Order: sequence, then C-alpha cells, then structure tokens
Amino acid sequence: MKDRRTHRSYVSYIDKSREYYGAQGYPQAYQWSYNCDVPFTVATKPMSECRVGLVTTSFFDRSFDRHAVAGSTDKEPYAAQCDDALGGLYNKDLFWAKDTTHTEDLDSYLPINRLRELESKGVIGSLSNRFYGVPTDYSHRRTQKKDAPQILKWMIEDEVDVALLVPL
Amino acid sequence: MIAGSARDIVEESGVPRFVFTDFPLGNPTGKPYDVEMQQAIVSTCLETLERAWEPRTTIQTPFVWDDDSNDSWRAEFMLVDESNRGALAQAGDDRRNAQKAAKAKGKGRE
Repeated sequence: MKDRRTHRSYVSYIDKSREYYGAQGYPQAYQWSYNCDVPFTVATKPMSECRVGLVTTSFFDRSFDRHAVAGSTDKEPYAAQCDDALGGLYNKDLFWAKDTTHTEDLDSYLPINRLRELESKGVIGSLSNRFYGVPTDYSHRRTQKKDAPQILKWMIEDEVDVALLVPL
Repeated sequence: MIAGSARDIVEESGVPRFVFTDFPLGNPTGKPYDVEMQQAIVSTCLETLERAWEPRTTIQTPFVWDDDSNDSWRAEFMLVDESNRGALAQAGDDRRNAQKAAKAKGKGRE
C-alpha cells in the first residue's frame, strides 16, 4: 500500500456526487447539511445499564422503484419490531455501492443480532424491542422538524438511553 | 452516535460521535457474514458512546475492504473521466426524458 498520496484516501461523496451529477447535466449541486454547533451529552451511565435503539434508512416496502431518485418517494418514519426485520430490509432504492457489495446480511447494516449477543453477555443493558426507520429526504427541514422528533418520541416511549444511527 | 462509511458527509453535517469504517457504502457495521468484524465495529460504537468527551469525535476502525490495499473499490465508484463523459451526459438526457414522460402520464414526483 502506498504510504504517500496526493489526495485524501477516503472517498469524498460530496465531491464525487457533485461531479458525477454535473456530468449528467444537472447544473444545481445538492446542498449538503453543514452545522457549526453540534449537540453532545456525556454518557451518564455505563453501557451495561443502557437500552440501545437502532435507527436505519432501510424500509420494509419492496415496492419502491429501485431506479427512483433518493428522497423522491413519499416514505414516512416508522417504528417496528426488531424480530420483524430479521428476514432483511429493502434498500435497493438507496445510494450505495451496488457494484461492489450487497446487503443480504442484515447485520452488515442493522446489527440486531450482534447487539442481542452483546445484551446476552451483559455488555449492554438491552436492545430496544423496536428499531426505527427514517427516510433519506432531500428536505433538511422535514428531517429536522418532522422525522427526527418523531423518532425521538418513539425512543422515549421505549425508554431508549442511547441511539445508534446506521445510515446505509 | 453514527456508524457509517461516508466520512465527509457525516463530518460536514456534524455529529456527537462517529465510528467510521473505510468501506464502500452499504455495510457500515461490517462485511456481510463477517460476524467477528461486525462484533468489533458494534463494540467500538458502544465504547465510543461511553468514552467520548466532546462532540465531533470520530473513531476510525482498522478494517479494510481488500486484503492488500483499500483502493480498488474507490476508483470506479462514480467515476467521471474522458472515457465516460459522453455516456454520462446521454444517461442524464435519457433520465430527464423518462421523467418528463412519466410526469406527462401523471406518475412523476410530487
């Protein structure tokens, strides 16, 4: 592996997607989220006493058009039983490296089984019985003002202490 | 906290805690069927939750997608160069035409 490079190693999706869609004739670049102020809360109890909640961008519905533009469907946030996700979720309409990898193994993008193993070992207090799904929407406003508060409400109902967000 | 592979997007947005694995998008909590790796990444997330003391904490996991280098998957992803510029422009035109046609039939985006 080269130990000197002229560019950063990790992919800049902001740069790549702007150039890629620009080359397809879309003149207006996507406006990515940028925040100066970032919220933070120090952990107040050990993980062994915490209930963990998982958030995904995958959905159950397999009727979404796999060629649809991300954010163009009318998805709504949802809460569902972890048991119901064990057969896998649908995400072919989302943006990910479909030529390189696959999402046939749930735990590679929604680690329900791995967290249950850690629960049985006492590493975490518990995994919430429900997990939570959030649409990848073009509207920052909708994500911030509508979807995020709804997910928070469900997490409070389920007495979740810490949230693990796993966007695809 | 976030587990993910789109480092620039997550860090620009700004999050309390981020566990970054330098993988192609799709498997932010480990390679498919690699239970050991998935356990390690999830455990790192839990440790980061417990031990981070300030926002924008990023931890990079040690995993690479390919054994000898971690570059092969990057090069082709969303590639734009002279070899495909024409094809991309055509694909954009085709897509816009398809969307226009769908809209005319009442099936377009709202």
